[in-house]
Amino acid sequence: MIEARNITKRYGEFTALDDVTVTVPDGSLTALLGPSGGGKSTLLRIIAGLETPDAGTVTIQGADATRLPARRRGVGFVFQHYAAFKHMTVADNVAFGLKIRKRDKAQTKARVAELLELVGLAHLGGRYPSQLSGGQRQRMALARALAVEPSVLLLDEPFGALDAKVRADLRAWLRRLHDEVHVTTIFVTHDQEEAMEIAEQIVVMSEGAVEQHGSPDEVYDRPANDFVMGFVGPVTRLGDRLVRPHDVEILGQASEGALEARITRIVRLGFEVRVELQLADGSPVHAQLTRAECEQLDIGEGQSVFVRALRAPAAAVA
Amino acid sequence: MSPQPSSVGAGVGTDIAAGASQAPAARRVPLAKPDWSTIAAGGTVVAWLSLIVLVPIAAVVAKALGGGLDAFWSSVTNAQAIAALKLTVSVSAVVAIIDAVMGTLIAWVLVRDEFRGKKIVNALIDLPFALPTIVAGLTLLALYGPKGPVGINVAYTQAAIGLALLFVTMPFVVRAVQPVLMALDREVEEAAESLGASPLTTFRRVVLPTLRPAILAGVGLAFGRAVGEFGSIVLISGNLPYKTEVASVFVFGQIESGNVEGAAAVSVLLLVVSFVVLLAIAAFARTKGEA
Amino acid sequence: MTGRIAMRVVALGYLAALLAIPVGMVFYRAFEKGVGPAWDAVTTPPAQHAFWLTLTVVGIAVPLNAIFGVLTAWLMARRQFPGKRILDGLIDLPFAVSPVVVGLALILVWGQDGWFGGALTDAGIQVIFSTPGMVLATIFVSLPFVVREVLPVLREEGVDQELAAHTLGANGWQTFWRITLPTIRWGLAYGVILTTARALGEFGAISIVSGKIAGQTETLTLFVEERFQSFDLTGAYAAAVVLALIAIVVLVLMTRLQRDEETKR
Repeated sequence: MIEARNITKRYGEFTALDDVTVTVPDGSLTALLGPSGGGKSTLLRIIAGLETPDAGTVTIQGADATRLPARRRGVGFVFQHYAAFKHMTVADNVAFGLKIRKRDKAQTKARVAELLELVGLAHLGGRYPSQLSGGQRQRMALARALAVEPSVLLLDEPFGALDAKVRADLRAWLRRLHDEVHVTTIFVTHDQEEAMEIAEQIVVMSEGAVEQHGSPDEVYDRPANDFVMGFVGPVTRLGDRLVRPHDVEILGQASEGALEARITRIVRLGFEVRVELQLADGSPVHAQLTRAECEQLDIGEGQSVFVRALRAPAAAVA
Repeated sequence: MSPQPSSVGAGVGTDIAAGASQAPAARRVPLAKPDWSTIAAGGTVVAWLSLIVLVPIAAVVAKALGGGLDAFWSSVTNAQAIAALKLTVSVSAVVAIIDAVMGTLIAWVLVRDEFRGKKIVNALIDLPFALPTIVAGLTLLALYGPKGPVGINVAYTQAAIGLALLFVTMPFVVRAVQPVLMALDREVEEAAESLGASPLTTFRRVVLPTLRPAILAGVGLAFGRAVGEFGSIVLISGNLPYKTEVASVFVFGQIESGNVEGAAAVSVLLLVVSFVVLLAIAAFARTKGEA
Repeated sequence: MTGRIAMRVVALGYLAALLAIPVGMVFYRAFEKGVGPAWDAVTTPPAQHAFWLTLTVVGIAVPLNAIFGVLTAWLMARRQFPGKRILDGLIDLPFAVSPVVVGLALILVWGQDGWFGGALTDAGIQVIFSTPGMVLATIFVSLPFVVREVLPVLREEGVDQELAAHTLGANGWQTFWRITLPTIRWGLAYGVILTTARALGEFGAISIVSGKIAGQTETLTLFVEERFQSFDLTGAYAAAVVLALIAIVVLVLMTRLQRDEETKR
């Protein structure tokens, strides 16, 4: 278990983390999700020992690691920009931690081969990082971090520097890798889709504080507050509350709890349809329907309809 | 483009360093075929360069070899000349090694440390380039000479030569290493640390390999400069033949005493040493740049 | 943490012992007996002559090097021609030649018995032991600076702006004055400062080609040496202080230019 308890970190006037507590169970895959500048990277670096907290403690598998230098924490860290050792081959990069630990040469070689196989770079061990693509470099960085059998794997925006296609591939790949290796993993991302897709647990952070900690379903369906609601998925305002656009129901006639609205625009986006409406008080709201639902309703622009929330989110708007 | 403390001579070093560390794909400038402007400008440049630099150097070589190879050989194997050349090369080598260590250390402190007055110290690094060499010699004599206040008198010793050379060559390694250190990705060091490397190991195995081309480039420039240095040495070394007479001072003495052939012969040897160093740097830069 | 402090102390201590304290010492020695004697020492007729001669030599050598430097840099950055690599190497040659060898080389070409010197002497033109020889020596030793500062700027800026100017109807000359020169002005200024510093401080080559005739071919650096050899320490130190002050001005200008460039980009 990894526990960061009551962590506070300031840079001059700026408070990056304000009394933050996060607990991560063994073997889990946890995302630290939030807007940039929210303190998630700082928390990750504090867990790794690359930063020292002003207050609070870090416990890794029961042992207090707060004052332990990074090299004695047994963590694997993967950086957004790979941090490849440019003057070493891919294999030497992966072997670095083992060589530092003066492992047996044959053993090191076998382990490196095994890891390169695992990350799909077995045929590229003799190359230099400059000869690899971004995605390959990041997989090399992962293998390098895993080589020393860390008790926890930390990834700081690991796919942030990659293009969309490679990103999507690597997400699925990381998920599979975790199922295979089962090392406790924490990764930082500002991309809610990425967090939803990969993580078992999501810690939503903003302005140096934890907003919510739960499973992807929990943070999506039962957000702790407006911020989380807005950050983890699309929202629209209906009356005095925020709802997801796909939870907005459009009705032909007045019904209990439904508000009257006029359809201003219907946008067809492939299989889904986005209906823009205006409530009686002039405020805009939009609904997301499937094409079939839309056809069934038989609605057109300018038409008057009634709208209500199909499912109320757990958190009512303040 | 990050601001680089470029400066005298170190310009060469910085180019090499930049090429070695990153080799950013430079935007290829479409180059026109030779036309009248190329021929006119090229002719002017070559003519000027020949008049100022190439013809005079050719004259030295011609003078040195004019009396035949035997005369050249006896000039450069003259015991006093050999002593001067040996002294020059050995002191320059020691100085270059000290420059490598201290220059890297100073560059490190200037890039990675924070303290009051850092900007002034950074500007001070170029002082040896800006200060006339004769003033540098006088300056060292004032502090470390016979009437110096610190009680250390190195005047007229080989140590004095080393001191003068350390003074004039100090900036080369600092200015070559500084931009590379600035461009260095801190995350790479953090990665090494998280993999279990101690600060010393991180420096030796991760940082130093990246700095090495820049350090070597700076050392090459420093060595080349040291071998030919004259102004800063002439006052402080005492110029005692066989003891504290360096090659440039020997050449000067031969000119003064009218032995122009002897002066030219040793000059040619000095030129060869400098060229070899320059070519070695260039070759090194090229191989590193292509890697 | 202690390692960092130790490194700082070693680095700064080294710089202090090697640079700061010795230079401070020269200032102290110059003004040891008060400002009066120091002032008198640098205002004697030979001192004044040395000062003006230095300015003359620098005043001729620096503009010539600036023009040559810009022309060469432009040629290397914008034109393709055979032997470019060789030219690139030759430009740096003066950095690799000992000043004493420069002096000897110039005597062998321009001296009375030299390749060109004989004919010139017959024509009544004296190069060696006279101002032209000193100018030649100064140009030689400070030749590469402008090229080395301007060339990277030209290469980095590329030709886009110049091509744009051409499409707008500018001819080559207009493009150079209105586009190229403003682009390289900081690099050029930096190169000129370095050239000036080197030119002011040249000693070895000048001391050979000048003949060191006091009051005639004596520049400031030669004056410093001559005063020292004549046991006039106050004079030597005072003149050294004048040169050191110029060096400090150069340093300040260099730092300012670097900062301007930083804010510009």
